[in-house]
Amino acid sequence: MQIFRTLCVGFLGLAAANLLAMPSVQAAGKTLEIVQKRGHLKCGVSQGLPGFSTPDNRGKWTGIDVDFCKAIAAAIFNDPSKVKFTPLSAKERFTAIQSGEVDIIARNTTWSMHRDTALGVDFPVINYYDGQGFMVRADLGVTSARELDGATLCTNQGTTTELNAADYFRSNGMQYEIVAFEKADESVAAYNSGRCDAYTTDHSALYAQKLKLSQPKAHIVLPEIISKEPLGPLVRQGDSSWNDLVRWTHYATVAAEEFGVTSKNLAKMKLSSNPSIRRLMGLDGSFGANLGLSKQWAVNIIRSVGNYGEIFERNVGVQTPLGIERGVNALWTKGGLHYAPPIR
Amino acid sequence: MQVLVLAAVLGAMVWLVGNVQSNLERQNINSGFGFLSERAGFGINQTLIAYTEDDSFGRVVVVGLLNTLLVSGLGIFFATLLGFSLGVARLSRNWLISKIAMVYIEIFRNVPLLLQIMFWYFGVLRNLPSPRQALSVGDAMFMSNRGIVLPWLEAGAGAMWYGVALLGLAAGFFWLRRRTLKAKLTTGHSTRFWRPLLVLALALFGAAALMAGVPFALDVPQLKGFNFRGGLTVIPEFVALLLALSLYTAAFIAEIVRAGINSVNKGQREAAAALGLPERVALRLVVLPQALRVIIPPLTSQYLNLTKNSSLAVAIAYPDIVSVLAGTTLSQVGQALEIIFVTMMIYLSLSLLTSWAMNRYNQRMAFVGNNT
Ligand SMILES: N[C@@H](CCC(=O)N[C@@H](CS)C(=O)NCC(=O)O)C(=O)O
Repeated sequence: MQIFRTLCVGFLGLAAANLLAMPSVQAAGKTLEIVQKRGHLKCGVSQGLPGFSTPDNRGKWTGIDVDFCKAIAAAIFNDPSKVKFTPLSAKERFTAIQSGEVDIIARNTTWSMHRDTALGVDFPVINYYDGQGFMVRADLGVTSARELDGATLCTNQGTTTELNAADYFRSNGMQYEIVAFEKADESVAAYNSGRCDAYTTDHSALYAQKLKLSQPKAHIVLPEIISKEPLGPLVRQGDSSWNDLVRWTHYATVAAEEFGVTSKNLAKMKLSSNPSIRRLMGLDGSFGANLGLSKQWAVNIIRSVGNYGEIFERNVGVQTPLGIERGVNALWTKGGLHYAPPIR
Repeated sequence: MQVLVLAAVLGAMVWLVGNVQSNLERQNINSGFGFLSERAGFGINQTLIAYTEDDSFGRVVVVGLLNTLLVSGLGIFFATLLGFSLGVARLSRNWLISKIAMVYIEIFRNVPLLLQIMFWYFGVLRNLPSPRQALSVGDAMFMSNRGIVLPWLEAGAGAMWYGVALLGLAAGFFWLRRRTLKAKLTTGHSTRFWRPLLVLALALFGAAALMAGVPFALDVPQLKGFNFRGGLTVIPEFVALLLALSLYTAAFIAEIVRAGINSVNKGQREAAAALGLPERVALRLVVLPQALRVIIPPLTSQYLNLTKNSSLAVAIAYPDIVSVLAGTTLSQVGQALEIIFVTMMIYLSLSLLTSWAMNRYNQRMAFVGNNT
């Protein structure tokens, strides 16, 4: 009879797997329609990373990634509040998007070739250029990552971080021990309590997690950046219209910054005679309709969350507790990497 | 009839597998088990076999499985030891001892296991000093928030002969024990046991030393840079998990043991007392063997629980099979179906194996029990 029991478990597992692999297939090509019919967007975010996606003290989600989903909701519904946020750990995120649990993931996720080509997902655009770094206690007396030979590192499981750390230490002939937690809060707590000499993750997240330490001032971020971490939203592969919508939602905010359109000066900008601005505002052309949206799509986005510069400064900029400079995240016209293709 | 059901289930499974596969293909999600031979690329901080980032995901599975077996095996050992002692103590006629056992059982049984794990990990072990201020025992063993570092024997070439000697000694031990038992049963006299064993040990290890010299070097840990180098490191994640699993399960085992002992007819105890057996001996030779028949089935499910509970390791980053396979490997590879399937099969096999072994033991106990 034991063989029967084994078979039954296997059978149930397969049946569940079948269900898991089903809904998204049916959804292929029609994400926008489904979202519209449902009346809200389902957006996967982190479990709490200040500046990117974190619930504030009233339980409202804030951050760059949160604003990304709000922008999409604004484009579709003209209402940025029509989003349901689902917190996901690093290791849950890909299954959540594959299985159709969420329509989009905006969760400080690195665009890598493996993820793009093997997981059935697409990365439409990059909304934050990042790189991996290290944080250590200031009294450790370390000033460079090259001095970390023999160190113990705390980090998150299932991240590019784990792999980069392995590559970096090996290629520099250094030894290390890695302690990988499932939840970011636990790895920060372990680092805080001295389990590790260094905490390693994306540079932006180092600044964010530093705020959670008992004495943030007693820790320093080392200057080295050991990897490229282009962070961006991801969607299921196979729905290129949805892919387009997500991509151009971001580019609308970047173009708006380039043309000086902000959430405050929309009324004035509507009177502009600049053809680029007129197309962005939906005064000329049928760009909204081509995305399956209204003429006003970009105006709705900018009114709700502002242009890229406003989003950046509000969530992670120098005025915020994170205090991050624009750096490579400035517009291409200011020496940065953000560059929107022309809207025309 | 059963053949028909079996055929139907198998048929449905084949259909399901095909269906899942074509769905995955349509979604452009990789499928199959090819990833097992690919390079893993990430580090693991406790490996019982040699492992580096260059090894494959297949080896990661073995590393994780061994870590699960290590913590569950030792957990079962300590939980059993402590559980039996507590169960007996609970029935002690000494009021204080029995109350202490009761308080222990009530506390450890009623606080959720995850909390206990967190307590030991974050509440207790985090309070140990940093490596530079480590507590040391004779400058050879150190305790810090990085774990416990012990001196370790570094085995060189020829250590194998010592392994052979050890095996020989074990064989000798069992043979001698059998002989003494037999002699006791047939002639009623006891034969020598320890002295021949000692002679055998000397002979075997003497021979090994002649063959291979002394191929061992003592590796004493030393503080270098951030941490200790050399020696054997027991990571705090392991200590916390082992403590929590053993202490928690012991409370349940204690109750099982108590119920088992209570189930033995009072007359048995009285008869033993009438024969002049001291209480301890009566417990060991008369009561417990009979109680075991009642104890073993629920004990088995405690062992299974402990093994499954060891997957809570994820919460404190102990690299067990769930953590390295269903955690890290899953998110690096992304093939949830295959990986969850492998993980489920591993747990299922572990459970079936444990049940099987315990059933065998139970049958033997039941047989012995009926004979007395
Ligand atoms: N960008 C990296 C790392 C992303 C990541 O998960 N970082 C952690 C460490 S800061 C995090 O966001 N934690 C927040 C959470 O788990 O909710 C990746 O895509 O793998």
